[in-house]
Amino acid sequence: MKKARSIIALLLVLVMALSLVGCATDTPEAETPEEPAEEPAEEPAEEPEEPAEEPAAEKRILNIWGWNEEFKDRFEAYYVDAGLLPDDVDVKFTIVPSTDNAYQNALDQALLDQENVSDDEKIDMFLLEADYALKYVDSEYTLDVINDVGLTEEDLAVQYKYTQEIVTDSNGVIKGTSWQATPGLFAYRRSIAEDVLGSDDPEVVQEALSTWDKFYEVAEQADAKGYKMLSGYDDAYRVFSNNMSGPWVDENKVINVDDSILAWIEQTKDFTDKGYTNKSRLWDDQWQSDQGPGAKVFGFFYSTWGINFTLLDNSLEDLEAEKAVGNGIYGDYGVVYGPQNYYWGGSWIAAAKGSDDLDLVKDIMLVLTTDKDTMLQITKDTQDFTNHEQAMTELAADDSYASDFLGGQNHIKLFVESAKGIDMSNISPYDQGMNEHIQTAFADYFNGNVDFDTALDNFYKAVIEIYPELKRPE
Amino acid sequence: MNTNTKNNRKSVSYKKWGYVFLLPFFIAYIIFSLIPLLSTFYYSFFENYMSGLTQIGPNFVGMNNYKEIVFGSDLPKYAFNTIFMWLLGFIPQLTIAMILAIWFTSLKIKLRWTGFFKTVIYMPNLIMAAAFAMLFWAVFSDIGPVNNMLAALGFKPISFLQNIAGTRGLVALMNFLMWFGNTTIILMAGIMGIDNSILEAAQIDGASTWRTFWDVTIPSIKPILVYVLITSLIGGIQMFDVPQILTNGSGSPNRTAMTMIMFLNKHLFSKNFGLAGALSVILFIITAILSLIIYSNLTEREPKVKQLSVKGGSK
Repeated sequence: MKKARSIIALLLVLVMALSLVGCATDTPEAETPEEPAEEPAEEPAEEPEEPAEEPAAEKRILNIWGWNEEFKDRFEAYYVDAGLLPDDVDVKFTIVPSTDNAYQNALDQALLDQENVSDDEKIDMFLLEADYALKYVDSEYTLDVINDVGLTEEDLAVQYKYTQEIVTDSNGVIKGTSWQATPGLFAYRRSIAEDVLGSDDPEVVQEALSTWDKFYEVAEQADAKGYKMLSGYDDAYRVFSNNMSGPWVDENKVINVDDSILAWIEQTKDFTDKGYTNKSRLWDDQWQSDQGPGAKVFGFFYSTWGINFTLLDNSLEDLEAEKAVGNGIYGDYGVVYGPQNYYWGGSWIAAAKGSDDLDLVKDIMLVLTTDKDTMLQITKDTQDFTNHEQAMTELAADDSYASDFLGGQNHIKLFVESAKGIDMSNISPYDQGMNEHIQTAFADYFNGNVDFDTALDNFYKAVIEIYPELKRPE
Repeated sequence: MNTNTKNNRKSVSYKKWGYVFLLPFFIAYIIFSLIPLLSTFYYSFFENYMSGLTQIGPNFVGMNNYKEIVFGSDLPKYAFNTIFMWLLGFIPQLTIAMILAIWFTSLKIKLRWTGFFKTVIYMPNLIMAAAFAMLFWAVFSDIGPVNNMLAALGFKPISFLQNIAGTRGLVALMNFLMWFGNTTIILMAGIMGIDNSILEAAQIDGASTWRTFWDVTIPSIKPILVYVLITSLIGGIQMFDVPQILTNGSGSPNRTAMTMIMFLNKHLFSKNFGLAGALSVILFIITAILSLIIYSNLTEREPKVKQLSVKGGSK
């Protein structure tokens, strides 16, 4: 009995110790082979390997921070696998999800500590989203891409202008660079369009959806045939939020809910009450399954990454099987320009102040965000829309290029058109919180849980909690 | 004489060792609890937050943070949410735990396999609350298994997490499931500590099971009940992980599942240390008062009846 007890006790201790180890390796770390210091002695098996890696201690460490795996995938496929990474460099990715401001909070802390940590721990480059890019761009923690990092204006001239405007600070200095441009389109189900509009031809569909009034009419027709026009509340949000007449916050730090946002609220409430949507929220299960086989949703507003990254995976019946026609509804989507111009998302790379590996950062920026061959290859492999205007225009004109996923459409053509109209003048450092919380607060209104004023009040409360310096309009 | 001083010395040195052995606890307590506690009080009087990457403050603002929390925020609403969801889980938790504890210890029923049952009912407590909440979030999602089952049985699907009763109900259900096993075991310990002869005496006197329960069992385990109530109340006031994960930090719908600690967390997340400090101090005071009320009410030594009779006598 006693023996059994001590064995159980030992097991419990082991379980606890192991779970600690599990945590240690799970959290941000992820990549590097070097983390032995914290590991308890219970893994002697790994000990012999240590000496072999001893010389590696001399390696430089390139620290990259981001909120998802997208850049890591690109970086590994088109930089590391291309043999461009010097042998004496180890890359360490730190990935913190962006939900609830977690990424920004972690990044802020790390940037503020930048001066107090060793060179190997300093952030060298980090990724930014448009929604909060200005917060970092307008700070001293990002470096001038031209004067500090060493890219030239000719290098950058190949990119879409708007992608540079997002990361240009108040003095006109460019502080970041991106490998992708993210114009948005409306992706529709060809089979449903055929049923509702009598044709799945993108030109016919575009004609039918060219204004919000027409969009509304199609929603009515779709409803009559038993389809939903959109999946949920937030689907059309970006289209409206990108067409605001002024920024979210004015110069007196007063929050301004634009007419365009009010139009989104009105339309979404109307769609919800009439049953034109499935009442989903972005990224929830319902929303994802609405994009897949068996769903009856007419279409989705999606930008470049959404189509090749999210929509494609969601459309498949079997994720393991080959991504080709016959697997789920692969091939049943088409894209059109839609009622209004917009962009959604995108990732920028910024060099961090205090980086000890600027030469590498420069090279990575050059290869991934300005090199025509690399970027053309990314687009061909992944259908992503890369930030090289000339390469994309060429591809748009190339009749032999077509996406099987989109039923043989050359979607790059539409992206090129859409990218021309993107207007970046109204971004603010607060967009992330505003976008997230207006959607959450008004979901209650769309559900019928609260009235309009309560939802608006909840929105103000939530954003002032995260940005204490802001004020409600009088 | 000699021996006397020796004895004295001995006893003195023993005392010393007692303090020495207590020292580690006090050092740890002072460093990790007392200093942070006092600094929370201190910081609650300052305006101190991050605007983007710029530090604002610390500027001394007196009681402004307290004013803002008490008059400018929805703290009363969040306090109500917290207590409501706690009670919703705690009442069934205590009831079920009491019934199970009586069954498991009853000499009349002589239940078999109690060890097995005790393990099973304790199991939910071993799961991390966050993981448990994630599980419920998936199971009760709009197209989750529960709604699939409802649809298969011919009912209309319910958007649990989009209505108030659904969300609060799920939070309460989870807290109940996680803690009733724990409470059962504590109550069993209390009941088993009652001298059997008292129960037997009651039976011989012809008391019904019901009467025995109310007049013998309950008064005998009062200290245990106080303990359960206070720990659960403090746990309830600090309710955080389950609703936080279930509602993705938003406390939706309409912030009706937002607990006080979730509200605190919102301020901490934006590094608003002044407001968060003031809120923490208020929570500290609320917790202390509630605990004191319960403690003094339930541990009253002399029943009030006695005082009355004394008064009557003096008349």
